[in-house]
Amino acid sequence: MMRFFSSPHLHGGNRSQKIMLLVIVAALPGILTQLYWFGYGTLFNIIWATLLGLLMEAGVMILRRRPVGFFLKDGSVVVTTLLLALALPPMSPWWLVTTATLFAVIFGKHIYGGLGNNPFNPAMLGYAICLISFPVSMTVWTAAGQYLNLADQWLWFWTEQGQIDAITQATPLDVIKHLSGSTIGEMWSANPDVVAYKAAMLWINIAYLVGGIALLFLKVFTWHAPVAMLAGLAVMAFLFGAGEPDLYASATDHLFLGATMLGAFFIITDPVSSATSRNGKLIFGAGIGILTYIIRTWGNYPDAVAFAVLLMNLAAPLIDQYTRPKAYGQQS
Amino acid sequence: MQSATKQLFTDGLWKNNPALVQLLGLCPLLAVTNNVVNALGLGIVTTLVMVAANGLVSMTRNRVNSDVRLPTFVMIIAALVTIAELLMQAFTYELYLILGIFIPLIVTNCAILGRAEAYACKNPVVPALLDGFAMGVGFSVVLILLGAMREILGQGTLFADMHLLFGEPARDWTITLFTNYQGFLFAILPPGAFIGMGLLIALKNIGDTQLAKRQQVSDKSTKESRRIRVTGTIT
Repeated sequence: MMRFFSSPHLHGGNRSQKIMLLVIVAALPGILTQLYWFGYGTLFNIIWATLLGLLMEAGVMILRRRPVGFFLKDGSVVVTTLLLALALPPMSPWWLVTTATLFAVIFGKHIYGGLGNNPFNPAMLGYAICLISFPVSMTVWTAAGQYLNLADQWLWFWTEQGQIDAITQATPLDVIKHLSGSTIGEMWSANPDVVAYKAAMLWINIAYLVGGIALLFLKVFTWHAPVAMLAGLAVMAFLFGAGEPDLYASATDHLFLGATMLGAFFIITDPVSSATSRNGKLIFGAGIGILTYIIRTWGNYPDAVAFAVLLMNLAAPLIDQYTRPKAYGQQS
Repeated sequence: MQSATKQLFTDGLWKNNPALVQLLGLCPLLAVTNNVVNALGLGIVTTLVMVAANGLVSMTRNRVNSDVRLPTFVMIIAALVTIAELLMQAFTYELYLILGIFIPLIVTNCAILGRAEAYACKNPVVPALLDGFAMGVGFSVVLILLGAMREILGQGTLFADMHLLFGEPARDWTITLFTNYQGFLFAILPPGAFIGMGLLIALKNIGDTQLAKRQQVSDKSTKESRRIRVTGTIT
């Protein structure tokens, strides 16, 4: 519960900076698990995206004649680029990360007026634009536990040269989508590498879940949006999957595959682009969960969290309009 | 007449550009500008229709009752578009197939109806023709700029497939700017058109601000000099 006091109010210091720092720390378990299973690629993504993001932020601030240091220090751009880098596949070459960062920071955030004014989640915007533009590069994932050593990854990152055919594979969500006649059970037993991949994704998702729960207890965000999203996704998966488990992935698979937990705790909780009231957050989160299921199951792209988030970002102002809390003593 | 003509052209190309300022005809503008040849093709057809429509509307302006003027305009424009469509089918068949529905849709291009309503039905034939030409060229320039931007980003070439419009010798006009370019699909898809359009409008606004700044400086100097003279006579 929020409590209101009469003035003078106590000023909380630079809240954005503190929150952004907490978010980065809470993402660490997930990042480390991801590095453990999928190799150095993600690390390259993070470093390159963050460097570019900071440069772009500084550049825009100079163009807009705003204090550069103040806005760089609030850390918002680092969180954006971090989430973007985690969402990008580990085998991303430099130009892919560059394009994604450019669209996230410049077109996702600063075109609209900078931090606090962006209608879309910048990281998801950059990701979605790249997924639409470079469907091939955006779906190169390495098999779980098999990855290039640091030198080869460096070479791949800059020149896209190297033997990667042996270690790349389709993601489980992708495989479920292209069953071509077989049942899900048959598909699992036919593809042991996909099962290994599934286990890796499970660990990564658990790590993000742990980080997310920590943030919840630190009151960085409220439980409404993440719980509603996970519930929406699970209910949809149960509705369709319980009757025909051979054709539709189970609720557990949906909750622990792809970017579900990263999305639920780190992306849809972005205070700027989500709905603000508590009921609004419930609707916002549930919408993302349901849309994620729909796009994953009947859409054309491997994962759906980014598109679901962007669509609900568009709906957030409308949701806020209709869920404005009633002031005490007022008639509805 | 000289300055009036000049006025028509500065309006059409810059101050009142149908695409950048009036934001009319956005549907074809955004839909077909994924490369230069499509943009140029649509630009030429739209300009021709605009000139002819302005001319005919201006000729009939004293005979058409103002209550039925809009249906009349639409019928004139529709007839002209049908002619243009048949001409394209005859001479540039492949381009006709590529542009598809967007040729008949020129009828609904608000830029054309807008000029008929705002200018041609109130002015004599020659200025109306000139206005149609200026506006058409202004529209085409934006189409071609946007087409070039999207073609360069989207497929890394410029002037690809120009033979669709200019015949066989134009086949090797293609300039490949980047070899081994993967293509940037986003620039070719509709959202890329919106962002490209937004960037063009932003560029035009920068140009306008610069012009206004220069104007202000010159205004200030003349104002001040006058003031000094005035105070000089008073004291």
